Amino acid sequence: MKDLVNVSASPHDRSGKTTRSIMRDVVIALIPASAFGVFQFGIKALLVLVTSVVSAVIAEFLWNYFMKKPKTPYECSAVVTGLLLGLNFPASVPLWIPVVGSVFAIIVVKQMYGGLGRNFMNPALGARCFLVICFAGRMTNFVVEKGNAVMNGFAGVDGISQATPLAIIKDLPATTAVGSSVSLSDMFFGFTGGVIGETSALAILIGGLYLVIRKVISLRIPLAYLISCGAFMLIFSGRGFDCEYLAAQLIGGGLMLGAWFMATDYVTSPITPWGQIIYGILLGVLTGLIRTCSSGAEGVSFTIIFCNLLVPLIERMTMPRAFGLEKKPKKIKKEA
Amino acid sequence: MSKDTFRGGVHPYEGKELTENKEAIPFIPKGDLVFPMSQHIGAPAKPIVETGQRVLMGQTIAEAGGFVSSPIASSVSGYVKEIKPVLTVSGAMVPAIVIENDGLYEAVEGLGEDRDYRELSRQEIRDIIRDAGIVGMGGAGFPTFIKLSPKNDAAIDTIIVNGSECEPYLTSDYRVMLQEGERLVGGLKIILSLFDNARGVIAIEDNKPKAIEHMKKLVEGEEKITVKKVRTKYPEGAERQLISVVTGRKINSSMLPADAGCIVDNVDTVVAVYMAVAKKTPLMRRVVTVSGDAIADPRNFIVKTGTNYNELVEAAGGFTAPPAKMISGGTMMGMALFDTNIPVTKTSSALLAFKKDPMDKVPTSPCIRCGRCVAACPQHLVPQMLMDAAEKFDNAAFEAVNGMECVECGCCAYVCPSGRPLTQAIKETRRSILDERKKAAAAAAAKK
Ligand code: SF4
Ligand code: SF4
Repeated sequence: MKDLVNVSASPHDRSGKTTRSIMRDVVIALIPASAFGVFQFGIKALLVLVTSVVSAVIAEFLWNYFMKKPKTPYECSAVVTGLLLGLNFPASVPLWIPVVGSVFAIIVVKQMYGGLGRNFMNPALGARCFLVICFAGRMTNFVVEKGNAVMNGFAGVDGISQATPLAIIKDLPATTAVGSSVSLSDMFFGFTGGVIGETSALAILIGGLYLVIRKVISLRIPLAYLISCGAFMLIFSGRGFDCEYLAAQLIGGGLMLGAWFMATDYVTSPITPWGQIIYGILLGVLTGLIRTCSSGAEGVSFTIIFCNLLVPLIERMTMPRAFGLEKKPKKIKKEA
Repeated sequence: MSKDTFRGGVHPYEGKELTENKEAIPFIPKGDLVFPMSQHIGAPAKPIVETGQRVLMGQTIAEAGGFVSSPIASSVSGYVKEIKPVLTVSGAMVPAIVIENDGLYEAVEGLGEDRDYRELSRQEIRDIIRDAGIVGMGGAGFPTFIKLSPKNDAAIDTIIVNGSECEPYLTSDYRVMLQEGERLVGGLKIILSLFDNARGVIAIEDNKPKAIEHMKKLVEGEEKITVKKVRTKYPEGAERQLISVVTGRKINSSMLPADAGCIVDNVDTVVAVYMAVAKKTPLMRRVVTVSGDAIADPRNFIVKTGTNYNELVEAAGGFTAPPAKMISGGTMMGMALFDTNIPVTKTSSALLAFKKDPMDKVPTSPCIRCGRCVAACPQHLVPQMLMDAAEKFDNAAFEAVNGMECVECGCCAYVCPSGRPLTQAIKETRRSILDERKKAAAAAAAKK
């Protein structure tokens, strides 16, 4: 009997939540947005998503194989990365771009920096920014197809290229009502131009809610991000308290997808509760800044990547106070 | 001021339904009884009997080996068979007195006789508690008379009886409260008589409504004693957390509960105080939960200290399947056993046996920085950073992120989805830092 008994240190029980089950929940949470993207943009969107996921998984597998890493249970994390990246492409993108992007995300952004848990930058966003810089045109060729998207896709009919709602709003004079040029309900449900996964705020919210209910993410980052971004836009829009404008800014562009799925990436966001709130606020303010002051209408991806770099700093500033200790912990000498 | 819980903590599977509704029954040992000399924190006890000598039930067979130490009483009558090192729960070999039970249970004079504590001076009560060998029976085993002798008696305003029993599977305190509630109240009254300004609080988790009701009935009319319902959460019964829940005061690792005007004692300990003072009976029994899915008939036993664990397993119907994991104590802070041929000591609370190792649920993988350990830590630390420092053997960084405040509760490792042995790594580093400090102190003392 002695040989059969495992001896280990306490505690002798585990919650049962595993890295794998968490990643699975993230994939499930992305299904509404993915499904809507496919419904809207047709079979091409599906091809883009599948291509990015498959190439991400293969890249992960090959890296582990050639680097003689033990067989890891992290395919799930590669699936998440691939899917998030895929959702960031316009449906019109040529399929080799997702392949390049996935390989870049997995190999360069993730593995070369030490693999799962060590990368300082969100792999999907890192790859996206890389691609936007290299292939700007192909990454922003947005297509809107109303009506029978799936059939159109099968028939190979391309929709019309069109500016995204955010770009339209940006060019509006402050005196024109937002509602007159874009339809808020279309934006909320997702019948607008944009990348595959970002058009439908509703689908993203459903996924985000699922993550919150499953306790995969807390509300700290998304809420801090959305509220601070909204507040910033309201203050600096020059439109006063314009609810339509506020709503359009919140549900438009990549903000929803970014706030619920990108900014909440565990590895690249702060681990401390206050750190998460500060991180969210920082993201909101910077996104607002880019949207109001720069020439582009977007800004979510670059903001998140930039803030990723600040995470160690934020964490150090927001170390929780230990139970029964009033004073803050001393500075950590080395990188902890 | 007071609330019903603290921030952090976890909700592990409780498994209490296996044993909570079965009466704790006295267990009569058959084999030899073994009394290790280290059953408490502090210096080992010193044997005062010789091989071949006849001892009586309740007789002191080993005296305290220093101020922080505790004597040991025999729980049966019989002959001293030998004095030899034996295997104990921690896996260490410890010198022990082995007594062959003659089955007569012949008691020392006066054992079990009534005594009125009101006729005793405070010093007499403390001496009785010391000589009865009473130590904290919640697990730590710190001598109780020292706890009950703070620097300033008048500053103690709250005596907390820890009836929260937050460790999974354990139901022994619950059974004691239900079956021996009167003794518990009696013991608490004795302790309260030592402190003029103190009130007594019996803290019980709200998953034990029967115990709460029962104890409330028993303290009716007692002006100084109340029953407090606390929320069911692990580690509600950890000393620092419980003090803050009951009084709103917080202590850290460099303070004692007395600094917050509190003394916290475990249920079994308070009953032992009652037995020693009011019944002239030294500490020689322990209520032990034998449970887990590999045990045929899980239940609580009222056990004589020194009884072999094997006998308890047998009394509980034996194993239904070869256990993959055996634990002395609860699943969160207990110690894994590789052998059940060990004696019940003053601090044994449970023997658990499982068909499957619960650890297998979560394979080990790299940290994904999910923050679950941070949310779970009742000490409000960042276990992930502590473990990073521990893995680099960077003790300075470890202390800088307050590693010494860890209470080794196990919450962080419990929640980690990457199956990282956080608690273990943190515990080891704490031990090494404590050792270093001890060495440094010894070196400094030697220089002088
Ligand atoms: S719970 Fe585990 S995986 Fe999550 S941050 Fe803590 S150590 Fe890392
Ligand atoms: S074992 Fe220590 S670090 Fe881990 S949760 Fe408990 S107190 Fe916090």
